[in-house]
Amino acid sequence: MSELAETAVLHEERRHSDDKTMFGFWTYIMTDCVLFASLFATYAVLHNNTFGGPSGRTLFSLPYVLVETLALLTSSFTCGLAVLAAQRGFKKQVLFWFALTALLGLVFLGMELHEFHDFVAQGASWRRSGFLSAFFTLVGTHGAHITAGLIWMITMMTQVARRGLTRGTLRRLQLLGLFWHFLDIVWIFIFTIVYLQGVSL
Amino acid sequence: MMFASFLLGRLNFDAFKHPVVTEGAAVGMVVGALLTLALVTYFRKWPYLWREWLTTTNHKKIGVMYLIVSTLMLLRGGSDALMMRTQQATSVGSSHGVLSADTFQQVVSAHGTIMIFFVGMGFMFALINLILPLQLGARDVAFPFMNATSFWLFTSGMLLVNLSLVVGDFSTAGWLAYPPLSELQYSPSSGVDYWIWSLQIAGIGSLMSGINFITTILRMRAPGMKLMQMPLFAWSVLGSMSLVAFAFPILTVTLALLALDRTIGTHFFTAGGGANAMMYVNLIWAWGHPEVYILVLPAFGIFSEIVPTFSRKRLFGYTSMVAAIWGIVFLSFTVWLHHFFTMGAGADVNAFFGIATMIIAIPTGVKIFNWLFTMYQGKIRFTSPMIYFMGFVFLFTMGGVTGVMLAVPAIDFQVHNSLFLVAHFHTMIVSGVLFGYFAGLTYWFPKAFGFKLNEALGKAAAYCWIIGFALAFGPLYILGLMGATRRLDHYDASTGWHPLFLVAGFGALVISCGVALQILQIIYSVLTRSWHRDLTGDPWNGRTLEWATASPPPFYNFAVLPLVRERDDFWASKQLAKPSNVQPKYEPFLELKSTGAPIIIAGFAFVFGFGIIWHIWWLVAVGFVGIIATLIARTGNDDAERVVSVAEIKKVEAEIVARMEHV
Repeated sequence: MSELAETAVLHEERRHSDDKTMFGFWTYIMTDCVLFASLFATYAVLHNNTFGGPSGRTLFSLPYVLVETLALLTSSFTCGLAVLAAQRGFKKQVLFWFALTALLGLVFLGMELHEFHDFVAQGASWRRSGFLSAFFTLVGTHGAHITAGLIWMITMMTQVARRGLTRGTLRRLQLLGLFWHFLDIVWIFIFTIVYLQGVSL
Repeated sequence: MMFASFLLGRLNFDAFKHPVVTEGAAVGMVVGALLTLALVTYFRKWPYLWREWLTTTNHKKIGVMYLIVSTLMLLRGGSDALMMRTQQATSVGSSHGVLSADTFQQVVSAHGTIMIFFVGMGFMFALINLILPLQLGARDVAFPFMNATSFWLFTSGMLLVNLSLVVGDFSTAGWLAYPPLSELQYSPSSGVDYWIWSLQIAGIGSLMSGINFITTILRMRAPGMKLMQMPLFAWSVLGSMSLVAFAFPILTVTLALLALDRTIGTHFFTAGGGANAMMYVNLIWAWGHPEVYILVLPAFGIFSEIVPTFSRKRLFGYTSMVAAIWGIVFLSFTVWLHHFFTMGAGADVNAFFGIATMIIAIPTGVKIFNWLFTMYQGKIRFTSPMIYFMGFVFLFTMGGVTGVMLAVPAIDFQVHNSLFLVAHFHTMIVSGVLFGYFAGLTYWFPKAFGFKLNEALGKAAAYCWIIGFALAFGPLYILGLMGATRRLDHYDASTGWHPLFLVAGFGALVISCGVALQILQIIYSVLTRSWHRDLTGDPWNGRTLEWATASPPPFYNFAVLPLVRERDDFWASKQLAKPSNVQPKYEPFLELKSTGAPIIIAGFAFVFGFGIIWHIWWLVAVGFVGIIATLIARTGNDDAERVVSVAEIKKVEAEIVARMEHV
């Protein structure tokens, strides 16, 4: 087989391999949905078990959480711009939009940690009641995912800065984008079910 | 003192003090492990072991390693079973047997945990790894790197379970660790933590395998192979792995919540603080019931391959078999509450779950009838896989009937937590799962290793298993109806249970003879392998693609990916076979290079788990940072694949031809 034909065969295989990775990652996201669904179910069962401690209505501050939410939603938008720039091969734009995404992600995470710290200082830690255990675990698991996403983002920015937009980095950027949007959607559920309903109930 | 507690957490010398039985097992295990390491060092096999096995990403080698680990664990779990049978046969009236109550509960918990997670799951992944890509006509699984990582995480979990024999103790809370007994207040030692973290680490490996095999089946089939042309084993794996993908995240959450309760003082399942212990029972069975089908579906798939091959007939009712698999997959998520009818959810809820449970018997019954109709008017060869199959049909149907009995809430209230239940689920797991896997191992052994297992010893082992099983578990049904509850370390002579426990103990001995014969079978077959080598690649006159390549297959499985036109394509092509002289047209392909990252990640996961179990927080940090750092280093590697050239394929193919002519 000529060298040219050989490269064509391998190119086709690589493309197929990217397709596999995308499919596998979607399957992973589905399993993560089940994970969050279990945590939501746990929260639903325990959300009234305040055990004489504070409830959501006394703890949550909606304006604060709204700012947090806006930071995360905006980061999803900038992340989308980053992935678009990556598909067009604009390396500098990719780095810029991802830096902005990471910054917004950090703001979100910082605000969340501040909120947690605030609750604990008020005596409303995860040890206080079943409700607070479920609250900290559900919201904290999302926060842990965000942290993982940030570590991944920084890793990817280093890779893009060093190697540029190669086939490998491009594929991983797309997966990262998917992951980040997914976390955004989960947050919308947390915002609605935990915070909005917690204040109104 | 402060420094010691920082350095060692809650680990101290007391953790190494054990009762004589445990001490003996611990010493035996450590000596065995050290002896193995010493032998490897003496024969200077470390480089070979590292290069060819520990860093491999090839599905066939990973399958063999799964097989080795789960065989060792079968012996461990089997020893636990023998200890329980001995205890219950001797601990009656004024005699108190050999085990203390505490040790007995540890043995019970370890037996269940090990048999489900490290024998059942391990054996299943062994067979899937060995055969699935071959059946699909693929060169490997979709994500070979993740596959190796799954295996090593499984091994890390296995090591943690067994480490509890040496350092500390194991859980006494049963194989599913119901709270509040499993909470810190009532189980303060490290036992439940060993249980949690060994399962958590192995479970994440299983979840990754689930994603991997789903992608493999849906994206890696040979050219032309439509879904409805897949072998039934592949269908059953797709069903089973879909269940893994939906059920294992629930297990991950459940274990994590229990761990949070025990480690940082949350109130999910504790006896106070606004917690809800019944939620644990719901969550664990929302995973646990599908888990039963995760294990048994591949066994159904194996029988669906074996019966047509040894009956020389096409499988009866292919479409209904596929439909039955998906019926079971769906229904298995609608029955979890039947494990705790006595929770008191009310008549309506219990009636719903009772009826749903009975409905599951329908697709399972469809499968049983289809296998029997496949045998009808076939040219049946009574090989040892077929003997396992017939033992399965008989015993599994009995187990199914007792299952339908248990599905009636009113009956369940009477026999809840009794030995009747224990007998029922052992009938499903041993005759369903284990017999299926044994049959599959015998059937596919020549494909994996290049020679057949000795049939005479195999048949003797199968009969020992079937008869031994009936003797060991038949009495338990009766004992359960007489009121004997599970996990009894002692009972009164006036109960009249003693004779039946003696029969059950005898049955366990017969099963042990079966295991001994299986070990003998493997040793004998290895020693005499030159007598029954498989030179054709198709020793049983098979029907599916795994038989279309050499035994053992080359590392790339197929030099040219097969083109599939119909169901049982290999069988059809044999019927109109004309030896062709056309030189096949080879094409280059990509192969993942072997890598040490999976075993390193699993090593850090082990360190992480050990750290949490003993509250050694710096070790937890080391493990955690280690995992992340290895992953980051790995994603940065753009040079992970190599091109296998046409010249290399030609060379390997020539070697295979030479090997056959030489023998």
